[in-house]
Amino acid sequence: MVDITPADAVPPAEVAEMELYHPHSWWTKYVFSQDAKVIAIQYSATATAIGLVALVLSWLMRLQLGFPGTFDFITPEAYYQFITMHGMIMVIYLLTALFLGGFGNYLIPLMVGARDMVFPYVNMLSYWIYLLAVLVLVSSFFAPGGPTGAGWTLYPPQAIMTGTPGGQDWGIMLMLISLILFIIGFTMGGLNYVVTVLQARTRGMTLMRLPLTVWGIFTATVMALLAFPALFVACVMMLFDRALGTSFFMPAIVEMGEQLQHGGGSPILFQHLFWFFGHPEVYIVALPAFGIVSDLISTHARKNIFGYRMMVWAIVGIGALSFVVWAHHMYVSGMHPYFGFFFATTTLIIAVPTAIKVYNWVLTLWRGDIHLTIPMLFALAFIVTFVNGGLTGLFLGNVVVDVPLSDTMFVVAHFHMVMGVAPILVIFGAIYHWYPKVTGRMLNEAMGRFHFWVTFLGAYLIFFPMHYIGLMGVPRRYNELTDMTVMTESAHHLNSFISIMAFMVGFAQMVFLFNLIWSIRHGREAGGNPWRATTLEWQTPQTPPAHGNFGKELPIVYRWAYDYSVPGAKEDFIPQNMPGSFGSSREPA
Amino acid sequence: MADTTLTHIGQTQPRPAGLQGVAADWSSDQRAFKNVSWGKAMMWIFLLSDTFIFGCFLLSYMTTRMSTRVPWPNPSEVFALHIGGSDIPLILIAIMTFVLISSSGTMAMAVNFGYRHDRRKTAILMLLTAALGATFVGMQAFEWTKLITEGVRPWGNPWGAAQFGSSFFMITGFHGTHVTIGVIFLIIVARKVWRGDYDTGRPGFFTSRKGRYENVEIMGLYWHFVDLVWVFIFAFFYLW
Repeated sequence: MVDITPADAVPPAEVAEMELYHPHSWWTKYVFSQDAKVIAIQYSATATAIGLVALVLSWLMRLQLGFPGTFDFITPEAYYQFITMHGMIMVIYLLTALFLGGFGNYLIPLMVGARDMVFPYVNMLSYWIYLLAVLVLVSSFFAPGGPTGAGWTLYPPQAIMTGTPGGQDWGIMLMLISLILFIIGFTMGGLNYVVTVLQARTRGMTLMRLPLTVWGIFTATVMALLAFPALFVACVMMLFDRALGTSFFMPAIVEMGEQLQHGGGSPILFQHLFWFFGHPEVYIVALPAFGIVSDLISTHARKNIFGYRMMVWAIVGIGALSFVVWAHHMYVSGMHPYFGFFFATTTLIIAVPTAIKVYNWVLTLWRGDIHLTIPMLFALAFIVTFVNGGLTGLFLGNVVVDVPLSDTMFVVAHFHMVMGVAPILVIFGAIYHWYPKVTGRMLNEAMGRFHFWVTFLGAYLIFFPMHYIGLMGVPRRYNELTDMTVMTESAHHLNSFISIMAFMVGFAQMVFLFNLIWSIRHGREAGGNPWRATTLEWQTPQTPPAHGNFGKELPIVYRWAYDYSVPGAKEDFIPQNMPGSFGSSREPA
Repeated sequence: MADTTLTHIGQTQPRPAGLQGVAADWSSDQRAFKNVSWGKAMMWIFLLSDTFIFGCFLLSYMTTRMSTRVPWPNPSEVFALHIGGSDIPLILIAIMTFVLISSSGTMAMAVNFGYRHDRRKTAILMLLTAALGATFVGMQAFEWTKLITEGVRPWGNPWGAAQFGSSFFMITGFHGTHVTIGVIFLIIVARKVWRGDYDTGRPGFFTSRKGRYENVEIMGLYWHFVDLVWVFIFAFFYLW
């Protein structure tokens, strides 16, 4: 690799200027916009809106679990519908869409120094198909029989049988159609993100100079393009099972004393397809979080990220490994013990690159100039939460420990910590960090700190006790936990306590949403680079960035993204597009 | 769109040897693949994703074929045509395969003439490709009709495992859809070539971007892929 730090050694431009579509009307500027930044905001707003629905559903579930028998309208059927829709919305329609469609669209072109995504028209279609998928999903709430109550994993045969809410009504079909649409829409966007990162970077921006945010989103997108096909196929096949009466996943079944028409299919096949998607999906959500949190920590600790290249390889390594661990979700499916052995081994190997990342975050903080800004608070909260959630992952990755813990509240607590709370904390941190770039104003500090402390402590008060009652043997997915021998008096109290905490954390999110809206007008003026950060999105001529991002001339990149507190430099940060050499940078040669 | 095909690839820089050199090449400045345009890169990555879809379909079909307890119908008998007093196994499929593979040949020739900016020959060869593709879909429709009249349904058939019909209609249907979409786009691109859009730089109707003769090649990538997938379907569904 050649050092091109001297200002006179700028590589010649290989990528020609991008042809941009210039909007002619309000409609093409704000609604049918081809600008990735507008599309990002559309994605984020839609994801947040549907995420609110999922939040309300979680309250309804907690109402039922914490105070059984008090709320008549939460029937067992309704409870299953809430649980299913809450899970599916949170994992796919909120987290995936927000990280890739929202942050991906906003940050990739700005951070790699491109004017826009490479194919803005396809990018626009991606959003509108996503919106359609969300609308189909929402419509299932109003369909006869209501939404599906099959559990978010949609396991057949129960998913399409009479006993499951929505199984023989519209619910499951609308869910499957919505997922198929989501995958089509996502593919259109995902192709854009990947090609933009690979082929449309600005001069001087080698892949090994990309901010880790882009590395995280990029790797997650590649994974999504390879993992979603399995879900797509599973959805198509189950749709046929339900609508045409085929038997891909349906074995011979007697239902209510009657032999069904189905026979000869393999329910385990669905589990394999689902988890071949489902496990990479965990990292599709986690990798962008890893990337973003690295940048937040480096910026707010005023210190270069520790072991940049190791961080990149860890991201890529986790991405590759996550395709060979899927059956650790299926230890109780009756698989051969040798398979269990294989998948437990690969699962534990993933702990190595993940631990590298955690150590590097901590070493980045070590002796840094830590500013306890709100993004930094969320980043620190993420590290502890991710470690906590990850440690219970070691329990569940081992077959002998997993089998007794399977389908208990312990599992619920584990995955909420590691792929619910942890990525959401990063999303919040990232919103506090980039909101000034998107709107030109800072979010309100007092409301932000309130939001942080209630969310962070509240999440622990919800999920730590849940581990405990899970270890006692309290099962998940039961709508009523009274009259069970494992539910002692104290466990009941704990359960009600969890519910009350859940409402409080939910309330804090309302404060956050209010803050988002209030600060657009009343927030403090931010200026172009309030965090004194190095990456390109903070160096745009306008804030918020205009169409085309960088004005007349695209920036030229002379250094990596982590030149903070370089010894010998005047300022404690050197933007990536600043020519010349200052002091002794720690950029890997 | 902008001409992102090879213009210059930067000065040749000294690269470290071995794996580090591979990493340095991949992560090199501005573009990972030096003479690949955005459109072509996007098509390749899409095809990779699509490979996973067809791969999942075929693996699922094999799994259900093994999981079902009822015997699988014999493909050489099911897909035989009664011609001239005797049953010829797989004759229609053989002709279909021949037609589709020939269409890859005409497509390759169209790409060649496209890069020579020979509008007439490119357009004619693309239309010929589309015609062969349409023939393929037509023969598939004939095959579907024949099986349906013999009583094959997605949920059952007279000869054995119900999964035979389900997998058959699903996989050939999904592939046929790919071919049909390809035929439509072949006609659209052929029209653009014929009209000289790629010479005059006429902006696209939806994207408002200028097209280039490279689009013929990108179209060809898709077409060859659909062709290649058929070979696997042929091998795993009809010959197994």
